[in-house]
Parts: sequence; structure tokens; C-alpha cells
Amino acid sequence: MTMTYEELIKETALADERIVVMTAENRALIRNLPAVLGPRFIDTGITEQTLIGAAAGLALRGRVPILHALATFLTLRAFEFIRTDVGIGQLPVKLSGFVPGFLSDGNGPTHQAIEDVSLMRGIPGMTVFAPADEADMLAMLPAIWASPAPAYVRINTRPATYEHTPFEMGKAEIVAEGTDITILTYGMLFEQTLVARELLMQQSKSVGLINLRSLKPIDEEALLAVARRGGLLVTVEDHFVTGGLFSILAEVLLRHQLTARVLPLALEERWYRPGRLSAVLEYEGFTGHHIARRITEHLGESGASIAAGPAVLENQFAE
Amino acid sequence: MTSEKQQKLEALALRVREHIVRLSTDGGCFTGASLSCADLLVYLYADCLNVRPDNLTDPTRDYLFLSKGHDVPALYGTFVELGFIDKARLDQHLSTDDHIYWHPNRNVPGVEFHSGSLGHLPSVALGVAMDCRMRGQDNKVIVITGDGELNEGTVWESLLVASAHKVNNLTLVVDRNHFQANVATEDLIPLEPLAPKFEAFGCEVRRIDGHDFAQLEEAFAALPFSDTKPSVIICDTVRGRGLPSIEARADRWFCNFSSEEVTELLKELHTQEATRLTSETLTVR
Repeated sequence: MTMTYEELIKETALADERIVVMTAENRALIRNLPAVLGPRFIDTGITEQTLIGAAAGLALRGRVPILHALATFLTLRAFEFIRTDVGIGQLPVKLSGFVPGFLSDGNGPTHQAIEDVSLMRGIPGMTVFAPADEADMLAMLPAIWASPAPAYVRINTRPATYEHTPFEMGKAEIVAEGTDITILTYGMLFEQTLVARELLMQQSKSVGLINLRSLKPIDEEALLAVARRGGLLVTVEDHFVTGGLFSILAEVLLRHQLTARVLPLALEERWYRPGRLSAVLEYEGFTGHHIARRITEHLGESGASIAAGPAVLENQFAE
Repeated sequence: MTSEKQQKLEALALRVREHIVRLSTDGGCFTGASLSCADLLVYLYADCLNVRPDNLTDPTRDYLFLSKGHDVPALYGTFVELGFIDKARLDQHLSTDDHIYWHPNRNVPGVEFHSGSLGHLPSVALGVAMDCRMRGQDNKVIVITGDGELNEGTVWESLLVASAHKVNNLTLVVDRNHFQANVATEDLIPLEPLAPKFEAFGCEVRRIDGHDFAQLEEAFAALPFSDTKPSVIICDTVRGRGLPSIEARADRWFCNFSSEEVTELLKELHTQEATRLTSETLTVR
């Protein structure tokens, strides 16, 4: 993948007059767009609520606004504007949330978007996406922008460590199937689950891995298939345990009257400890090694054979 | 304003007030709040804006956003009188068979956007105004807020943005009836001096009597007030205007009258209006 996120927006916007790019003074990834898009680049300043309202107005006039703001302020500060203006209006406003979840590493709890999936998927008609990395994201954005639905995307520009299958709206990416354990995940923790899977396989376990990508619509078929296959299902997410993937899985299983053994690895009733991304993953227990060990211990086995390995991660930028 | 036009608008406003009173029973509605802006809405739709039942999808039409959603009975009445919606729809008030309820929604022809949560439509109108400008259209984009609604920070936030982007085709109109929902504005969150506040936020401001059609005409004819700033028109109004028995009363924001009370209020409305029309006609001559 040679194109960047910014280049994809630029190409799409230049080919489609309807696209308007807006930000609440978050230009880290889109610094070159103002010069290219002219009046179709609108920076409202640090005003997430007005950003959403103005985007709704532009969408009423047939525009497709792509909105950039920090995920936490976008989804929390402007929540009622998203729900009321975009949600009730059923307008094609595309919300790009920067530094969601652990990607806000050093910022502290004020900046931690770890309830965003829960909030956004609770809005009728809103679609929700969490790409595993930049390549995964670039593959899904054209379909998301072309859809008439409002959308929230957890922006993730971490370089890919995995060659993804093509994106299909509402379909999960089945990385591997396994009979002992299936890891279900989304977003930046995907690369850690790849490591965790390798470590668990070294213990002669059959381990499946699914990148959910699209959280709403969710791939019910994929979730039901792994539940029926048996084994332990592990949800791994940088989100509160409430309302995210664990909740989605629970809802799907209950709706279909299925039971499964499930281990949720998510943030419990607390904000995460800020630091460098690698330190955060280490402290909170979300490196590949930690994930593998937590799963092994849950199975009643000793995790001692899984040495504590480093999370090799670089912080890309801080807002 | 010619006296002929004045009389036409007054007669129209009287009929709109009748609709409001009739909606104030069997579940009720925001009567006091609606009566304060009846004249404003009648003037805008009957004589000022380029919005008609036959051009509601024309992107070059003028836009009116009712951010103060409580006023929707006045909007319904205006829309019935000007042929946007059938009068029979008002009989469906609060029935789930139609979409005629306490706040505006787009299922009613002429309503540009839903409202009810306060402080939202200044920013939605801002987006619309920005797009009109981007396309080189010089249509008016009007947003009406209540004065109590000015407590919401997003009203001011959107004006800061509008001012920064020099969106001069956006006009914010304040229905300044001096009441919040249950309390006089100056007793809770004082707003005065109001015009300088808007000026300080980068707007060009005029303040008029919102029940005086001649002043309304003069102010709206002068739009945009500036080449570079958003415009603000503060309309001083009276809550419950047209019904002295409920005028300027904090407890007459929402009313749910008995049918006997409605009959009495309709009589009062006609008596008052007849007196006013006569005296003003005499004054004009």
C-alpha cells in the first residue's frame, strides 16, 4: 500500500465534489489538504459540537462531510449533536476519530476514547468501524464514504504487519480458524493478537483469530460459527468491557440462544495508566505475551512458559 | 409598509394565533412561547422569504431553521395558512397517525430540520449557509432562537465560527420574549445588554419590536447587514402576545386548556385584535 490516509482523502475529494473535509483543529494527518481543497476544507476551531452541527447542515445540502477530531472529544463532547443532528437526521456524516483507545497512550484519561464504540453503535443507523492498521483502514474507507449511512471510524494509521483480505462491509476478516481458542479483536490490538496466537500455537493449541473490522454492522455469521465450533472465545479490545465487542458477542449469542465459553480482555471499571504506547500495553496486560498468558491462565494452565516479551511499538504522534 | 400589506399580515397573524389557541388543548402545546413569534413567522413566510410550498427542494430557496422548537404551533399555523400543509393535519396533533407534535420535524413540509434540543440549529444553519456561499448562491439562511436558548454555549460557539469564516449570509433572529421556560430571563441568567454581546462575538446587530411588521420589514430588507459578518436581529416580543389574560406570564409557557377555556380565549383573541386593529388603523390614518 503506497497511498497514505491523507492521499486517499485527497484523491476521493478531488473526484467527488460532494466531499467536504472538516476538522476541529486536528490537522496532524491532513496538513496538506487545506491547500488542495480550498473552501472544501473547513476548520471550525476547537468546537466539536459546532463541527457536528455544521456538518449536518452541509449534509442537508448534499455534501458528504468527513470530520476529523480527537476520538474522545468527537464522540463524547459532541455526543448529543451526533445523536440528534446526524442520527435523527440520518445524514451521511463520516466521523474520523483520531487516537482512539490505547492510541491516545500518553495523554491521560481525559483523552481516552474507550467508550466510543459503545456510544456510537447505540445510535440508530450509525455504522462503526475499527481498522486493525493503516492498510486495513485504507481498504475500508472508500466503501464507508460511499455509503449513505452515517459512520464512525476509529482512525488507526499504524503500519500493517499483516496482509489483509479485501474489505467487505459487515464482514469480519477470518485470519485463522481454530478449535481450542478463537481470539476476536479489532483495531490496534490486532497486531498483538497475532503475536499471542503464535505463542499459543507454540503450546500446541489450535488457535483461531478474527479481525472484526466492522463492528456495526457486525458479522453475526462469523460470531455464530466460532461459537458453534466450540473452544474458548476471547474478546480483546482497547475499550471498556461494557458496550464493546464483548457486549456485541454476548448480544449475538443470547439472541440466538447459544452459549459459549468467553473470556473478555478489555478495560474494566477504570481508565488506563498513561505512558508510551508500549508501556501502556505492558502495564495494562495487552502485549501479545500478556494476552497469551492471560488466556493460558484462564484455561487453568500455567502461563509461566510464556516469557514476558516486549511490545515493539513506536508512538507515531501525540495530539 | 403599506397599510394594505399591514392589514393582510395582521389578519394572517390573527388566524395563526387561532390555530395556536386551538392546539393548546387535549394535551396542550407551548402556547405562550408560540404566540411571541407568530408575527415574526407570518412576516417571514408571507412577505419576506423565498420559500413556498412549490420550491421546498430548490437549493436556491431561502432557509428558515426554527431552533426554538417550542414555537412549532406558530409554524404549523403559518404553514396551514400559506398552503404548505393541510389544515386537517392539525386535527392530528399528538396523534401517532401523523407527525404533528410538540417539536418540529421534517415530516412536515416546510420544516427544514428537527429541533427541540436547544442550541443546535445555529450550527446546522451555519453549515447550510457555508454551502450556499461555496456554491455562489445568495439565498438567505435564517435561524430563530429563543432568548432562554441563549444560555446554551453552542449558540455562541457557532457565532464565533460564523464570524471567523465571515459567513454573512447567516442571520440569527432572537425571539426576545424575556422568559426562559419557567422564569424571567433577567431573574435567572441575565442577558442584557444583549446587543453588545452579539457585537462582541463579531456580529452586526439590530434590535426591533418583533410585533411591528413595519420594523420587521425594514430590518429584514437590510440583510445582510455586513459584507463580512453574520447578522443578528433581536426581536423584542411579548410571551402570549394577543391574549392579555396570559401575556408575559411565567406560567403560560406550556398550556393545556379545557375546551371551555379555548372558546373563551378565542373570544378574547378576537376582541383584542378587533380593538387593536381599529385603534391602529385610526393611528395610521
